[in-house]
Amino acid sequence: MAAESNIAELPAGLWAQPAIDTSAVGEVVENDPVQRVRLPASIRYDFVPGVATTRFLKGLKEKKILGEREADSDDVYVPPRGMSPTSGKPTTVQVELPHKGSIASYCVVHIGFGVNAPPTPFVSALVLLDGACISIYGPVQEIDYDKVRIGMRVEPVWVDDDQLDTSFESIKYWRPIDEPDVPAESLKGHM
Amino acid sequence: MGNAAGSSDLLRADLVLEYPFNRTTGPVIGAFYTGLREQVVVGIRDADGRVVCPPVEYDPTTGAPLTELVKVGDTGTITSWTWVDNPREVEALDRPYALALIQLDGADTAMLQVVDAPGPDALSTGARVKIRWAAERSGAITDIEAFELVEG
Repeated sequence: MAAESNIAELPAGLWAQPAIDTSAVGEVVENDPVQRVRLPASIRYDFVPGVATTRFLKGLKEKKILGEREADSDDVYVPPRGMSPTSGKPTTVQVELPHKGSIASYCVVHIGFGVNAPPTPFVSALVLLDGACISIYGPVQEIDYDKVRIGMRVEPVWVDDDQLDTSFESIKYWRPIDEPDVPAESLKGHM
Repeated sequence: MGNAAGSSDLLRADLVLEYPFNRTTGPVIGAFYTGLREQVVVGIRDADGRVVCPPVEYDPTTGAPLTELVKVGDTGTITSWTWVDNPREVEALDRPYALALIQLDGADTAMLQVVDAPGPDALSTGARVKIRWAAERSGAITDIEAFELVEG
């Protein structure tokens, strides 16, 4: 705690809170005053993904990427939530998607957090799988972060077979493949 | 839900969403936390001369900065309460307790705190309570382990 107890002086001219009158409590609060406090806000969920997303997660354990669509629509949603977000109708048709897609959007992450964050800077991208109508999220590796571009073709890199699980982390990251970029125009509306 | 798969086939997982906030306190809230560490409760006098506890940095009515810290007592009066029958594991006590608004002696406002009581029948608005301090205090709200009912 002691290492964190010194807070730098404000630059001159900035508004600061007026001095506090501690005459009634001084001896109590002047010795080693608290200046920071850790307030971790934690919410514990018992997470049940539902039938459609359960199918998707079980697919990942078998290295399959499973989307779903309505019977009378070509829009394939992945991960599926069991219904079309635009019509509200159930997605009753399961569709196995290819392991190829295009980067629809991305950002370069300079401040990583979380136990599984790659070394910074790294690229975090939305990947539109071929045949899907919405993008899925994943980090992009095996390429310099400043060479990533919208429309770039990528494929998933899976964890080792014995590590495959009913988890999105079965896909370790995405990497470029040797195919020409798709036009950015074709990705519009698919983020 | 549930047309294709029976509920026994559904996946289920523990998921913890946590934000590790590390906040600066400023001199007013900092004095409050420091006081708790020293087993003293600190309030602040507002523009009308009323004592606000826990202290606030700005007058609740005018918004003017407040600066006059004052001590308040470690005993007080319950002004409102509710009984918590099923505490979650993250909560202050691992048994049923009351959440109460407590106006400490010397303060003109109430603070929300845990009252460790045998049951709801033991509680009433107007009941007198006293702070039970945590054995190890670090300058945090958890330095108040709970309030306990006292006579009178």
